[in-house]
Amino acid sequence: MPRLDRPRQQALSVSIATGAYAVSFGALSVAAGLDIWQTMALSLLVFSGGSQFAFVGVIGAGGSPGAAIATSTVLGLRNGFYGVGLAPVMRPMRGLRLAWASQVTIDESTAVALAQPAEDLEARRAGFWWTGVGVFVLWNAITVVGAVLGSRIGDPAQWGLDAAAAAAFLGLLWPRLATRPAQAVAAASAVLALALTPVLPAGLPILAAALVAIVAGWRAPRTADEVPE
Amino acid sequence: MSSYALMWAAIVAAGLLAWLTKLAGHTVPERWLENPRVHRIAVFVTVALLGALFAVQAFTSGSSIVLDARVAAVAVAAVLLWRRAPFIVVVFAAAAVAAGLRLLGWG
Repeated sequence: MPRLDRPRQQALSVSIATGAYAVSFGALSVAAGLDIWQTMALSLLVFSGGSQFAFVGVIGAGGSPGAAIATSTVLGLRNGFYGVGLAPVMRPMRGLRLAWASQVTIDESTAVALAQPAEDLEARRAGFWWTGVGVFVLWNAITVVGAVLGSRIGDPAQWGLDAAAAAAFLGLLWPRLATRPAQAVAAASAVLALALTPVLPAGLPILAAALVAIVAGWRAPRTADEVPE
Repeated sequence: MSSYALMWAAIVAAGLLAWLTKLAGHTVPERWLENPRVHRIAVFVTVALLGALFAVQAFTSGSSIVLDARVAAVAVAAVLLWRRAPFIVVVFAAAAVAAGLRLLGWG
């Protein structure tokens, strides 16, 4: 068996690790009240873990579909910035290639692409495509497994699925807490969302936390190293 | 529209918006998003929403603040994340802690 080169090896291991936690998404989505087909459609169409967890989190908390769409979309805005960061690697693209590259532009494909040497465009493109398509295939396949398991277990709280959802958000947040300003924004957002929970309809306290980001990002950083990556 | 059909419409809309966001990144002139203020806000929005989602999922039920078995579960999750455990291990451990505590009749 031929040995895979570095970007393809990384793509494979990232795809397996990321695909595995689709089982928790599938189970949580069903626990939040979506059916198996809706859960599969979220993974196929939205295809961005944070946005999908957010969508079912808002629905599970009793929020409206509109609040779920808004939270999922705002959380997915970073994927737009990934496309800009990948421009020197991926452009020019058009037609089906552009459509597909867009669909698989996520945290993982961007990270593996940009982890390859800057001068090796071929390796960067291989990292992007192998990771993007690899995660897409495994994420969608394993979502089905999670949804089927989730639909057979009865009361989700008895199995700790509500705690699992909280841990999932914490796990998505953790790697982004490397800088002081990021920690402050996360803490302020958590406190604001809790403070607003008794007074606003479900879903809106989460969206309101985006205001913290706007306020924190608007003021100029005091030092260059305050700018997070 | 029935609530089932409304949910489908919401899923398709969320999918379309997610894809359009990604597509925009690959097609807009690069300098449009080079403004450091815009970039900072974009980074912070992800952190802010995940922080809020975590807090609401961990510490609320309906419209009230609730401290139950989830508190112990997310504390264990935080320790595991600090110890660099894989995501899937963290999620399963949190579920196990909450399920175990509830089996014992707490939270």
